[in-house]
Amino acid sequence: MMEVCGSSNVTLREFGCEQSLLSRPDGSASFVQGDTSVMAGVYGPAEVKVSKEIYDRATLEVLIQPKVGLPSVRERSQEQCVRETCEAALQLSLHPRSSLTLILQLLHDDGSLLSCYLNAACMALMDAGLPMNCLFCGVTCAINKEGEIITDPTAAQEKESRALMTFAIDSTERRVMMSSTKGSFSVHEMQRCIAVSQKASEKIFQFYRDSVRRRYSKTL
Amino acid sequence: MKDTPLSNCERDFLLKAIEEKKRLDGRQTYDYRKIKITFGTDYGCCFVDLGKTRVMAQVSSELVAPKENRPNEGIMFFNTELSPLASPAFEQGRQSELSVKLNRQLERCLRNSKCIDTESLCVVSGEKVWQIRVDVHMLNNDGNLMDAATIAAITALCHFRRPDVSIQGEEVTVYSVEERDPIPLSIYHMPISVSFSFFQQGTYLLVDPSEREERVMDGLLMIAMNKHREICYIQSSGGIMLLKEQVMRCSKIASVKVSEITELITQALLNDKNARKAGGRGGFAESMPQERITALKMDETPVETTDVTERANDIVKKTEAPPQTVPSPVVPAPGVGQVGLGLQNTWGIEEDDDDEEEGMGEEDSGEEAGGKVAKMEVDQHKKEQQRGDVVEISDSEEEEVVILHPETPVPKNQKGSSSHQKGAATSKKKQKK
Repeated sequence: MMEVCGSSNVTLREFGCEQSLLSRPDGSASFVQGDTSVMAGVYGPAEVKVSKEIYDRATLEVLIQPKVGLPSVRERSQEQCVRETCEAALQLSLHPRSSLTLILQLLHDDGSLLSCYLNAACMALMDAGLPMNCLFCGVTCAINKEGEIITDPTAAQEKESRALMTFAIDSTERRVMMSSTKGSFSVHEMQRCIAVSQKASEKIFQFYRDSVRRRYSKTL
Repeated sequence: MKDTPLSNCERDFLLKAIEEKKRLDGRQTYDYRKIKITFGTDYGCCFVDLGKTRVMAQVSSELVAPKENRPNEGIMFFNTELSPLASPAFEQGRQSELSVKLNRQLERCLRNSKCIDTESLCVVSGEKVWQIRVDVHMLNNDGNLMDAATIAAITALCHFRRPDVSIQGEEVTVYSVEERDPIPLSIYHMPISVSFSFFQQGTYLLVDPSEREERVMDGLLMIAMNKHREICYIQSSGGIMLLKEQVMRCSKIASVKVSEITELITQALLNDKNARKAGGRGGFAESMPQERITALKMDETPVETTDVTERANDIVKKTEAPPQTVPSPVVPAPGVGQVGLGLQNTWGIEEDDDDEEEGMGEEDSGEEAGGKVAKMEVDQHKKEQQRGDVVEISDSEEEEVVILHPETPVPKNQKGSSSHQKGAATSKKKQKK
């Protein structure tokens, strides 16, 4: 197995976001990374079912809808990753005994899906105006057979890779909030991927800032 | 989550406005909202915006065995997904009345009108046919989901390309997109549904009701028609009595609307085809509006990675490797390895109570009195032994605080006694058998 050597492919594909594009949800966003696109909607804080009520904080529910068929185990695990990240970022204790629902609809999968879900979720939560401790973003890194790190890989690059890691990174201290990995890699490689993700996260947070600034400005 | 109910004043206001031939969004009676059709990156993916109502349809294909009574016909499968994204009242994974109704209407509109040549989907008669699956996702519900869903479904079906197959003897080869160009479905005609809502028991009629109007309407008439002015299906719901003239008038309006929408669909399909031929990037990513303040796009950006390697190495160096403290497994009996709870205590103080309880637990419930007596004796014996080993610090007051001699033979004895007892119990059991 080759260790990570160079890092030539460290770019983020072009990405974009549109907020409040749906009229029904309290907050909505669509996030696009290359061809991967996801739509997110947030409802809440609203009335909660008695069975799901938590007495000191809001209940967060994350639903991921695949394009074809019903949600399966893959969607469930992604839901859990997104939910745990959002729970860490949101100030849920401000809305006890209420429910927050985050729905993520897959529009097109072309790699780095989990990070796209995370970014769409953060933008939708921002649009809904929910109080948060910090923002978060998702970055996916792939290590290919030559040992190079590829950030934001496409579906083809993901297939070729030997390891795939997705990190959720917070905006205040650039710490790792969630990690999801696949394949085998060394500790060094993982640390290098985290360091790359932290660097990449700065670009995404800058994008968040720009889009919010644009939203609250009067000019385009 | 429950939907917010409509207030009485809102209801009265809407009805009064309709009486005055006014609509909340400024439309005329027979006006449709703005229809926008966009396509996804892959074949068979279509988004339809009908005002604020938004629907996505995705068509996929699969080789399956045909139905027994129709061995040389492909299968059409429709699935309507009322995603909670569309409305807080929709719940995930539960077939609601509305979703069943929409699904049934879609099936009647697109399958039963025979608009798709199912026989051309046959690969090997009686063995393999294509199943065309249409997934319709509601993304935003602002009324008239049915019209948006039929437009999305039929456009997606027109846009879809199935993989090419070849048959050589018994062998069926499915070619990927790279090997051979995929084949479009053969579609005879495009049925498009037009909804009419009725108010005040059929006195007032509105085309393309919005969500608010749907809530106050008395009845709904849906007519699906193709551009040849053939009615594919007609349904009236809500239990209102309609006159023959009303139905005729509606069908006339429908024919006009259908020809407009069909024109739009063919234009959209043509645009997409040309765009794909030109090799330009299409899909949802490209359809994002640029002129809005809520949307922002960023071009491909490189990530600065100069000090990444050093930082990573630093972190790895700084973090100490965890101490290698793997507890050595204890072997209480030959052939048994055990780690953790329930083993010989390696802490200073022995817990007699626990051991005793365990002993009690091991006891067979059906054990006879004799066994119990023996146990009592053993216990007493144990206590006596303990007394002998205990070093008492002071007199009566601190009797509870005891310090055991570090190398007490107690545990060993205890073990011996309990095992002996166990042996007795098992022997008793054997006798019973």
